[in-house]
Amino acid sequence: MVKEVQIVKTGIKIPLAKPKIGVAGKTGFWRITKPVIDYDKCVKCFLCEIYCPVNVIRVEPDQGPVIDYDYCKGCGVCVDVCPTSALKLVQEE
Amino acid sequence: MGKLVALTGNYAVAYAAKYARVDVIAAYPITPQTSIVEKLAELIESGELDAIMIRVESEHSALAATFGAAVAGARAFTATSSQGLLYMHEFVHWTSRARIPAVMAIVTRALAPPWNIWPDHSDFMDQRDAGWIMGFAMDNQEVFDLTLQAFKISEDPRVYLPVMIGLEGFILGHTTMLVELPEQEVVDQWLGPRKQEYVIDGKEPLALGNLAWPEDTEEMFMEIQKAMDNAKKVIKEVDEEYGKLFGRKYGGLIQCINCEDAKYFAVSMGAWSGDLIEAVNKLREEGYPIGVIRIRFCRPFPYEDIWEKVKNSKGVIVFDRSISFGAWGPLFTDLLTGLYHYTNNLPIMSNVVAGIGGVNITYNDFAKLLTSFIETIEKGDKPPVFTWYHKR
Repeated sequence: MVKEVQIVKTGIKIPLAKPKIGVAGKTGFWRITKPVIDYDKCVKCFLCEIYCPVNVIRVEPDQGPVIDYDYCKGCGVCVDVCPTSALKLVQEE
Repeated sequence: MGKLVALTGNYAVAYAAKYARVDVIAAYPITPQTSIVEKLAELIESGELDAIMIRVESEHSALAATFGAAVAGARAFTATSSQGLLYMHEFVHWTSRARIPAVMAIVTRALAPPWNIWPDHSDFMDQRDAGWIMGFAMDNQEVFDLTLQAFKISEDPRVYLPVMIGLEGFILGHTTMLVELPEQEVVDQWLGPRKQEYVIDGKEPLALGNLAWPEDTEEMFMEIQKAMDNAKKVIKEVDEEYGKLFGRKYGGLIQCINCEDAKYFAVSMGAWSGDLIEAVNKLREEGYPIGVIRIRFCRPFPYEDIWEKVKNSKGVIVFDRSISFGAWGPLFTDLLTGLYHYTNNLPIMSNVVAGIGGVNITYNDFAKLLTSFIETIEKGDKPPVFTWYHKR
């Protein structure tokens, strides 16, 4: 119940953040193993998209999963949850 | 002209929150604070105060809820004591470091174990590194005035820090005194609507307290230090304005009594300053040239103001009602380090810690300690730098 509030900005540095893509830089370079997709095995179950902890997998209706490698850290959760082994981790070069 | 009513210190706090038209109160009961929020609940129930009371399961949640409401733009208030304040400690820091204006009353009480509900300043002084403005009242009228002023100070854009106001449990909290309440319209005009740097109200996605780099973190805290400096000026301005509007001006960060021609000074904070002033009045009649400096705000610490008073003095005795174990009383150590900035030739400084766990210190005790301090110096001896004055 706020009766009245005035935002009077003074420009002080405050611990406030707005969400944006890549706020910590391109985290893809942290990767030592990379998830790759075998589209023949994929059944488009969406589990990889749901489980990806950094939200970089989209399952496109026609194509199947698309991974944004700029930000994928290669954690391998998608590989673990894939029911058809369509995802594999390969060593980064 | 306002009206005179008989109020306990705790009710004076509650009325100050009402006059500030708080939007949200979140609190958990603890002796000797409880009657503040009981009174506020009563005022909400009777329709005299338009606010929400959030009943929580602990003090940690009480301040978290107060903080959350304040972040969303509410004029928010809470109160606690002793163990409750210690339990809040994490959110004490969250509130100040997020630069969120808020007001909290601390009805001071000893810390356990052993279990003890009597007053000293241990709980209050334990919070002194947290980035809150810290004021302490001497009587119930000042409890009301300081609590109301706390909202104005806290929401000043030059400050934007939370404020805690101390009052001793029972000595002020549960004893009654005539308190002058102002006219609501004058308060409304003076205090104005709530002001803050930012709100998080769900209209745009924002995160508070994300990971930050060391340099950014340090810069935020450097700004808190700067805001503390600004607060010294703001506290004095608010004291002046309040004096003009409501007829009571206290002197800013300190109040000085019998200081004009004093050669010796006694420094203290809180309700027992009343007994100290009695003792000094008595000693004045006997010809001792002594004055009292009562600390009204210990954060920011009034180094400059005290130095102005004591620079030509022969001796300064500081009474602390809390102890930093292994060091001395915190008011004393703060004052000693601060004064060193101004001179290499300090007056003789002495610290008395007393009244811990609620041990009653009367004006006779003060008179005895003060005469002994003065006479020791007059004889050419040096009084002990630290004494824990105990009696039973």
